[in-house]
Amino acid sequence: MSSLIRQHVRELIRHRSLVSSLVVRELKARYRGSFLGFLWTFLNPILLLAVYALVFNFYLRIRVEHYAGFMFVGLLPWIWFSASLLEGTTSITSGGSLVTKVLFPSQILPAVKLLANLINYLLSLPILFGFLWIMGVYQGWPLFWLPLILILHLLFIQGLVLLLSAVNVYFRDVQHILSNLLTLWFFLTPILYPLAQVPAPFRRWVMFNPMAQIISAYQDIFFYNRNPDPRMLLIFLGLSLILLALGMSFFERYKETFAEKI
Amino acid sequence: MVPAVILIGVSKGFKQTTLRRDYLTLKSLFLNPFSARKRFKEETRVVFQDLDLEIPSGTSLGIIGRNGSGKSTLLKVMTGIYKPDTGTVRMNGRVSSLIELGAGFHPEFTGRENVFINGTILGLSRKEIEKRYDRIVRFAELESFIDAPVRTYSSGMYVRLGFSVAVNVDPDILLVDEVLAVGDESFSRKCLDKMTVFKKNGKTIVLVTHDLPTVERFCDQALWLDSGCIRAQGDPRQVIDAYRQEVARRDDARYREEQTVDACALPEVGVFKDRWGNGDIVINRVRLLDGEGKERRVFQDGEDIHIEMHYQVHRSSEDIVFGIGVFDGKGVCCYGTNTDLDEVTLPALGKEGRIGITLEKVHLIEGRYLLDVAVHARDGHNYDYRSGGLSFDIRSSRKDAGIYRIPHHWKLG
Repeated sequence: MSSLIRQHVRELIRHRSLVSSLVVRELKARYRGSFLGFLWTFLNPILLLAVYALVFNFYLRIRVEHYAGFMFVGLLPWIWFSASLLEGTTSITSGGSLVTKVLFPSQILPAVKLLANLINYLLSLPILFGFLWIMGVYQGWPLFWLPLILILHLLFIQGLVLLLSAVNVYFRDVQHILSNLLTLWFFLTPILYPLAQVPAPFRRWVMFNPMAQIISAYQDIFFYNRNPDPRMLLIFLGLSLILLALGMSFFERYKETFAEKI
Repeated sequence: MVPAVILIGVSKGFKQTTLRRDYLTLKSLFLNPFSARKRFKEETRVVFQDLDLEIPSGTSLGIIGRNGSGKSTLLKVMTGIYKPDTGTVRMNGRVSSLIELGAGFHPEFTGRENVFINGTILGLSRKEIEKRYDRIVRFAELESFIDAPVRTYSSGMYVRLGFSVAVNVDPDILLVDEVLAVGDESFSRKCLDKMTVFKKNGKTIVLVTHDLPTVERFCDQALWLDSGCIRAQGDPRQVIDAYRQEVARRDDARYREEQTVDACALPEVGVFKDRWGNGDIVINRVRLLDGEGKERRVFQDGEDIHIEMHYQVHRSSEDIVFGIGVFDGKGVCCYGTNTDLDEVTLPALGKEGRIGITLEKVHLIEGRYLLDVAVHARDGHNYDYRSGGLSFDIRSSRKDAGIYRIPHHWKLG
């Protein structure tokens, strides 16, 4: 298993220039041909924010101070997560000639989706900051946790997406199940509501959800201006590493048959 | 010298399930979980088994064979896209494979951007691509389109760009799968020229193609793959000869199967596509004989070819002309004549008999020719006209062009 993992990582590192140019292409391709072009990278989160703010500030009143800011903090990393998962899961099956006609380490494909969406997230941060400041929500030293949180989150998504993209080659149902499951998962994760609003008997269970663990870390540093719970991050790290090891070895074991199955 | 490609005991098979249905669905798994598992274990379709192959460095090998004989799979195994079930594949040197040209091209991106991505996919660094960029564009003849999105390219332009990137990778081993068929003539010639340069530089080329003349002209060695087995390997001409004869044999066999109903068929002589005439006199058999009276279908350049027609008279007539016509692959009539034009007086014909014509020292250029035979009245009214299908091949060591070699010699001064 460890040799599979090493091989997986080594190939990724060896092809880093390919990964980076594919990520750049992925980002460029997204808005290629549209009039506003790259501006959409910033427009999309703003418009999304406007929609959510409208619904939850004016229609469904949730009694949280600076609610729109709170929600935005959790929503952006969730978008990174769910978009990577959805796009990554089908990245092998829709890889086409890259999988079947050229020699090409296929783990690059999901990784590209993951990284492209990460960059999208990073690009939306200035808007998040601007918005929070306008509201009067300020950040401080806890912000230095951000790189660590991002890395942890990256590992988690990477493990999951490797697993799903490989399984999806054999069971194409995964992609459909996933999109529905993600909706459920989204509402089970305290993004639109703070943890405190969850009825007490359920509150203990919420934090078993790894996404709740990591999203709450984002909320800590961006919204509450406090340090995240290191124990929680440690648990999340352990979980991510297990998932990653599982994903990598599974992917490596089956990737040689991808070209035949697609 | 170390061989460029070594395959030892390579086998490759595909699970039948994957071929019958693309994937297993959860639904089918729920509905009958047991049969699904059984089906999974079902037979694998073996593409090739225990294949040993060694390609010396600097050799150009042409792989020929019918559709489904495993040529492309073999190439994919060499490339490393497919992993062999057993055996080892060793490639000594940088490999570039042209299985699909322009793999990973993104239609929305310009030619320039795609050159960089495609080059990176083929294993070049950015700097290496920058160095080769002008060469790539010039070779593809796309100078004025390189900044337009690839989706606006014609398929020929697309392929040209893909080929250009692939060959400029400067591989030690070039694997080519039937890609020269696309693009116009001048470009395919250019591709061949480029590959000739490769050859001269001592690179190894593996070419999968149905274009036999190219193999014959270009390759040092040919390999005939037949349902996963190497039927022959060696001198291209011999291998191709053997292959052609086998194909002709198979076609004949199939033809005979189809024609068992038709009593009047021309056995063992191939498929006559068209036949018309009133049937007063019919040609029911045609044979091609060499100088020694042996039946043959492949002749060397300069040999005599004797065409023998067996006729049967159903209603006798005074007005009878026998004729033949030789056509090349494009349908151009190379030569046609008949007993009337040649002022041959035919005696009164019996119930049946044969008539022959000997074509002397046939200097047609190399290729395949089709034969028409006919018996008709002087005014052109046909008794029996049988067109096409009976073919013969002319082999030549010379690669001159045109239709017929006009007898000639050169003189200096």
